[in-house]
Amino acid sequence: MSAGIDLENVCCDFGTFRAVDNANVSIKPGEFFSFLGPSGCGKTTILRMVSGFIEPTEGVIRIGGEDVRGKRPNQRPTALIFQNLALFPLMPIWENITFGLEVRGVDKATRRRRAEELLQLVDLHGAADKMVSQLSGGQKQRVAIARALAVEPQVMLLDEPLSALDLKLRQHMRAELRAIQQRTGVTFIYITHDQGEALAMSDRVGVMSQGRIQQIADPREIYNNPVNGFVASFVGENNIFKGEVQQVADGMASFATPQGTFRARLGDLAGRDGKLYVRPEHTLISATAAAENSVPVTISDISFEGNFISVHAVSDSGAVLSAELRNDGSATMPEKGAKAYMSFDPARAAILPDANVRS
Amino acid sequence: MQDLLRRYGPGLTLIMALMVAFWLLMLVIIPNMTLFEQSFRPYLPVTEVGGPRDTYSFNNYLKVFDGSIERSFLGFTFTIPVHVLTFWLTIWYSMVVTVMCFLLAYPLAYYMAKIVNPRSLPTLILLLFIPLWVSEVLRAFAWWIILAFRGPLNWLLLNLGLIEDPIRWTNMGYTGVVIGLVYTYVLFMLFPIYNAIQSLDTNQIEAAEDLGAPWWKIHWRIVLPHSKPGIASGSVMVFMLSAGSLLVPSILGSTTSQWFTQTINQWFNDALDWNTASAYAFLLLLLCTLFVSLAMWVFRVKLSDIAK
Ligand SMILES: Nc1ncnc2c1ncn2[C@@H]1O[C@H](COP(=O)(O)OP(=O)(O)O)[C@@H](O)[C@H]1O
Ligand SMILES: [Mg+2]
Repeated sequence: MSAGIDLENVCCDFGTFRAVDNANVSIKPGEFFSFLGPSGCGKTTILRMVSGFIEPTEGVIRIGGEDVRGKRPNQRPTALIFQNLALFPLMPIWENITFGLEVRGVDKATRRRRAEELLQLVDLHGAADKMVSQLSGGQKQRVAIARALAVEPQVMLLDEPLSALDLKLRQHMRAELRAIQQRTGVTFIYITHDQGEALAMSDRVGVMSQGRIQQIADPREIYNNPVNGFVASFVGENNIFKGEVQQVADGMASFATPQGTFRARLGDLAGRDGKLYVRPEHTLISATAAAENSVPVTISDISFEGNFISVHAVSDSGAVLSAELRNDGSATMPEKGAKAYMSFDPARAAILPDANVRS
Repeated sequence: MQDLLRRYGPGLTLIMALMVAFWLLMLVIIPNMTLFEQSFRPYLPVTEVGGPRDTYSFNNYLKVFDGSIERSFLGFTFTIPVHVLTFWLTIWYSMVVTVMCFLLAYPLAYYMAKIVNPRSLPTLILLLFIPLWVSEVLRAFAWWIILAFRGPLNWLLLNLGLIEDPIRWTNMGYTGVVIGLVYTYVLFMLFPIYNAIQSLDTNQIEAAEDLGAPWWKIHWRIVLPHSKPGIASGSVMVFMLSAGSLLVPSILGSTTSQWFTQTINQWFNDALDWNTASAYAFLLLLLCTLFVSLAMWVFRVKLSDIAK
């Protein structure tokens, strides 16, 4: 069983401070949806509104189509996994996992059996009688997941659950979480400030900044077609040019910058100023000038990253640019200090407004 | 010790250590040892002290079994030595005081630790502390006034229509004593519990609620177990202080309420028999300690929990 979640014009104020501003999103049953954004942008607040610990100041939250205003967390079909997990240190693992069943009056033998099943599911056999303090970080993580799954929630809410783990374990748990989600079919709302995590795991991502949802789309779309500069910068690297839009034709515009006039896709500026964004991996280096969108530069630094080579350069007008070359043997390695040209395909570059924030 | 040495140098550290040793030795250990030794010797005229009759025995301790009276309880009639009865009543009502302190302190501690706005907490704590600045005697007398036959409490209850005739609070067995002791010692219960609850991660309470637990289940399974060390140390303090209190039972006691400390006091001041008084005092200490240990064993509290 899984339910969809709808947020309609949801706002949340703390005193005069608006932590979440007019959030609208419709999350489908069984979807893995992530909220991605920097610390303090209101992600946890959204999650706490869905789970029922905070009531929205304005707007409606629907779970499975039903308005949940006024329902306490213990009356909602959601299970929240806390940022610090909040396992119960005085109970053995199996009681932790089945605490939700205990409060529902399930008898001890059934609970014990269910705990074993869930431990099986999260790959933690034989830990039932251990105490929380005896487990490692990754194992605690699994216990927290099992405890949430035990109550058979229709929606799982996860608040940066992997942030306390080391890199290797984090990558392993990503796959694990995704697998558990697919096995159980429960709707997951996942919160993270780690763009790699959000892009790798999610069906769709909502990127947030300063309480506002900037863009909701699938990971490819977010990365390839960010709607504004904030999204473009938060989910990857960019070469950024400041300038002014000149002529517009067929969604392409010419853009005058101190480094020259470039052609690029024109985003939805809506009358606002914009900047030109192009990713380093779409930036090419050549010894001679390209036909268009070409900047003369001096190579300032080359760093070898293994699977790719990162080249940093300074344009004649002082702008710092970078390009990433795939280390597939075909690229000709530029020399440090050499003169070269950096160029990019107009279809791969976009002129975008800055973030959507309150003025 | 290392810390002290580093901070104050050897000279000052030595002086401080000597002062602590002096305090312990002269003001705690020696007087108590003297009384302890006295408690095994008979009460004799000065001329006979050190004479042939001045020998060690348990006679002083055995005096608690003198002078039986008849009592009936739950339909059973039995005879019991007066002082033993006083002792049991002291223990029993100290327990009542402890339980009442817990019932008052736990909700307040939870409120202070988890519900109240942190900004108004200092004010709240100040309000709780102000009564402590007034001397214990005055506070006991204040209760004596409140509980008086024509006092404010009876006036209030009469006017609210809750009672028809004024109640002789201070003449109802141990009622006055219990009220006075609860009032005097409730803060010794409040602060350990407050500290314990405060150290509980609020996320655990929320996690329990999120998993569907009703409020009482959250307290029973999460908050109470977590605050057990605080409850234990608060209970031990309140119990020991109540059982050992002389002032409150003297002021708020009725004709039918005898506290064991009053019995000890009678031996000291009325009979001038310091030997028996010492014996009774050590008996109280010993039996209270045993009782507390028993209670800790029953509730599975470890000594190290309390020391935290
Ligand atoms: N209970 C609260 N009272 C006041 N301000 C709060 C409260 N909770 C969160 N905030 C503020 O709301 C903003 C968003 O917080 P949060 O949702 O926790 O961010 P995130 O989880 O994205 O890091 C922050 O600026 C934070 O300071
Ligand atoms: Mg957060």
